[in-house]
Amino acid sequence: MARQVVQRAKEAFLSGRTRPLEFRLQQLQSLQRMITEKETEICTALKQDLHRSQYDTPLLELISIENELKLAMEKLSEWASRRPVEKNLLSLSDEVYIHPQPLGVVLIIGAWNYPWAVTLLPLVGAIAAGNAAVVKPSELSEHSSLLLRALLPRYLDMELYPVVMGGASETQELLRLRFDHIFYTGSCAVGRLVMEAAARYLTPVTLELGGKSPCYIDKNCNIMVACRRITWGKFVNCGQTCIAPDYILCERSIQGRVVDCIRQTLLEFYGIDPKSSPDYGRIINRHHFNRVVGLMEGYAPVLGGQSDPSQCYIAPTVLRDVPPHSRLMQEEIFGPVLPIVTVSDMDDAISFINEREKPLALYIFSSDKKAINKMMEETTSGGVTVNDVMMHYTLSSLPFGGVGQSGMGRYHGKHTFEQLSHHRACLVRSLAMENVNLSRYPPQDRRRARRVKMALKSPLIDMSKRTLVWAVVATIIGCALFITLMVILLVAAGLNCTCWYWRGFYN
Amino acid sequence: MYLCHLPTNTWSSSSFTACRLPSPSHLNSQLVSKGSEPSTCFLLLIHCPLVDAHQPKFEAVLSEVDILLNDLTFTISNLSSWMQPESASTNLATKLDDCFIRREPLGVVLIIGSWNYPLQLLLLPMVGAIAAGNCVILKPSEVSATTGSLVAELVPKYLSQECYAVIRGGAEETQELLKNRFDHIFFTGSKGVARSILQAASLHFTPVTLELGGKSPCVVYGPVNMTAAARRLVWAKFFNAGQSCVAPDYILCTSSTRDLLLPALKEALWEFYGEDPRTCPDLCRIVSPQHWTRLRALLEKTRGRIVIGGESDQEDKYMAPTVVVDVSEDDALMAEEILGPILPILSVESVEEAIALINRGQKPLALYVFSEESSVVKTVLEKTSSGGFCSNDGIVHMTLPSLPFGGVGASGWGSYHGRWGFETFSHRRACMLRGWALERFNTLRYPPYSDGKLGWLRWTTSAHSLMIPLI
Repeated sequence: MARQVVQRAKEAFLSGRTRPLEFRLQQLQSLQRMITEKETEICTALKQDLHRSQYDTPLLELISIENELKLAMEKLSEWASRRPVEKNLLSLSDEVYIHPQPLGVVLIIGAWNYPWAVTLLPLVGAIAAGNAAVVKPSELSEHSSLLLRALLPRYLDMELYPVVMGGASETQELLRLRFDHIFYTGSCAVGRLVMEAAARYLTPVTLELGGKSPCYIDKNCNIMVACRRITWGKFVNCGQTCIAPDYILCERSIQGRVVDCIRQTLLEFYGIDPKSSPDYGRIINRHHFNRVVGLMEGYAPVLGGQSDPSQCYIAPTVLRDVPPHSRLMQEEIFGPVLPIVTVSDMDDAISFINEREKPLALYIFSSDKKAINKMMEETTSGGVTVNDVMMHYTLSSLPFGGVGQSGMGRYHGKHTFEQLSHHRACLVRSLAMENVNLSRYPPQDRRRARRVKMALKSPLIDMSKRTLVWAVVATIIGCALFITLMVILLVAAGLNCTCWYWRGFYN
Repeated sequence: MYLCHLPTNTWSSSSFTACRLPSPSHLNSQLVSKGSEPSTCFLLLIHCPLVDAHQPKFEAVLSEVDILLNDLTFTISNLSSWMQPESASTNLATKLDDCFIRREPLGVVLIIGSWNYPLQLLLLPMVGAIAAGNCVILKPSEVSATTGSLVAELVPKYLSQECYAVIRGGAEETQELLKNRFDHIFFTGSKGVARSILQAASLHFTPVTLELGGKSPCVVYGPVNMTAAARRLVWAKFFNAGQSCVAPDYILCTSSTRDLLLPALKEALWEFYGEDPRTCPDLCRIVSPQHWTRLRALLEKTRGRIVIGGESDQEDKYMAPTVVVDVSEDDALMAEEILGPILPILSVESVEEAIALINRGQKPLALYVFSEESSVVKTVLEKTSSGGFCSNDGIVHMTLPSLPFGGVGASGWGSYHGRWGFETFSHRRACMLRGWALERFNTLRYPPYSDGKLGWLRWTTSAHSLMIPLI
């Protein structure tokens, strides 16, 4: 079944109908209509999946999809056009450019925490780049997947962008087939299986994984504002965000203040009983509920800690003085549990971060620019937001992706288009001026070798339209200034001459 | 065998932190030989006859040394601008923030070279890796043993021994090496080995760049200046005795074009290599007895007709420039990448038939078209895909450092040369530096939620507000 669907997508791609930009734009416009027209149904599905509020869904998912679509539609002709590059002396009369081309059939495997954003954002880039795409939403966000399967064929080309449903075994079946790119969002364990499967056909992959994103709070910062921002990022979607601040690192002297500020913020956000707040979510299913609750075992939380298995509810929970080698610090929490680990100073925090896997995101709260620079220079991560959390995700001009165990590849905005395109190097020559080529042919001698060396070593010249326009404008301005200067000098000199002349005349 | 200690977490290892070279001048000192002028580099010392494949000096200098020097000069002069943080456009919500992309080194990079251009394919990626600030382990091909030992001898003399090492060995040693953890693996070679590298890489989510090969088709169609076309074709095909991953692998043309092309090819071959190519100093040999045997077997199995060349000598690893006609799509010569001085010619009736044949195969590393009709060039360009494309010439598109060099599909994954090498070995870290002010503005996103807050948020984060300049 999956084989037939993929084969149909491949044939549809080979028919060439994704190549014209008009087709791609039309598909993107349809997708936009789908998001606008079906917002209510999408919110309902997410309410059933994750207990999301009607505001959380647009805030966390739909706004980003809408923005990506608008950007892609506006910029598509620019992104897809040929990109001239610098030439050397040998290629001065040739056309030298990079031609972005679609890869073919892309497999997009979505995740359950933001089932619409992590599935449709790559799809926007895949469509814009001219690919076909097989979409495999996560079976855990059941209502959203069923809705996606119902809606997508109504708005998009069914053959080019099919939706394949199922769990682990259906995904395994899909991974046995050949794709031109696999875009996966999810856990490291499955990410490994995806990459192993991709090895069979040497398929390039983009892996958006996760990890423990550290959040360092410097003692020199506005702790109240920092805690408010961290609290928002940590407990939105009930902590089930790949770039949620996973744990806090701070000095012991400010730990108490941090806890108080978070307590105050939680009260502001969710009231005295978060369980009854319409803005507080739930854990996706019982398995993950048990996993998160299990992580807290043996620790007495300083805030929250309550849970209700019947609703998969876990209260916003904070734990202090968490030992670095505890179970809580071994795996990504992916839930509303926020451990605080104390460090002696910033250097200690940097060592702590560097001893662990490269995270997907790093958060630094400090008012000291030097300290911020130091931390950025001496650590690495997929992305970093300073004095806030998660916001680097919201800007489509920034590439979103991991490094090391947190993933490979990047997307958002133009970066998705680039990730799902092939940049074909093109050199279009003519058969004229063959004499120039004679130096490179055998039989070889020293003179020929020297000529070839010089031609090869000639500096690269930027012959792009923009540079040419600037060169022409600069030349015109330069000439105009020169002429003006000459006129001024001549007039100045001429005035004297004419004075003499006229004096002579009248005399 | 020279072994080096590989740190388990490359970001925190002492070797790596000692080599973290954020300043361009420090990086330049590794790219440029110690104590010598910027225009030379340590590779000038490898300006010596490369005995591994009896390569003529001209070919060795052009394809191994000059191309490397070119890339080095280009990288050295542009490195400081490449390393600058790249400003990112903002929306209204982030207008007051500092948003940029930082290029950071990945860590420890493994570069596995190949035998056909043993220096270039090993050291050219290394230029990009050093430029991006990584530590590098080089693993030269064991087939080109002489070059491998020269590299192992010279690299420690010119580059920091802590940061850059050479490991020699064969398949077994490579498997052992792959059990270690790297932050990027750059491989040039065959698909079979690439698969096992990708399997090893999947254990630690190590990104890879695979420079593989494939059968690079060459379409000759329409009105063509046969003399010029034949010269360029012969040069590209028989350079390094056809042992180039981007050599035109086979020709597609009509029978009438073939009848005009054959005499032109003969003429060009005679011009270049003389009456007896075996005695010509400008024609090199096959790299090893195994590869010679493989090529000889292809010639024996082919059902095509040898019209030029065909002679060979096992002892000398010599194979004459050979052209075979009447080759069909299922011939032995079409089953695998030739990587030798054998040029099959397949007859097609039209450009469409040529395109269909090309598209039935795997996406090649390079695609060539010889035609004076720009519509033919355009049609083939648009209806096919390949790593690179060159019309009315061969191979030369890879000499420009401004063009990315790499494959697509079965011909590879990733690219390098010039800035592309720097980007391949860098991590693009998204950075957003926010301030403490305007916290009231942030309340739009905090619970308790409302319709009003949502409306404002939609507007401030929309793509259109990217266009509103800061007043």
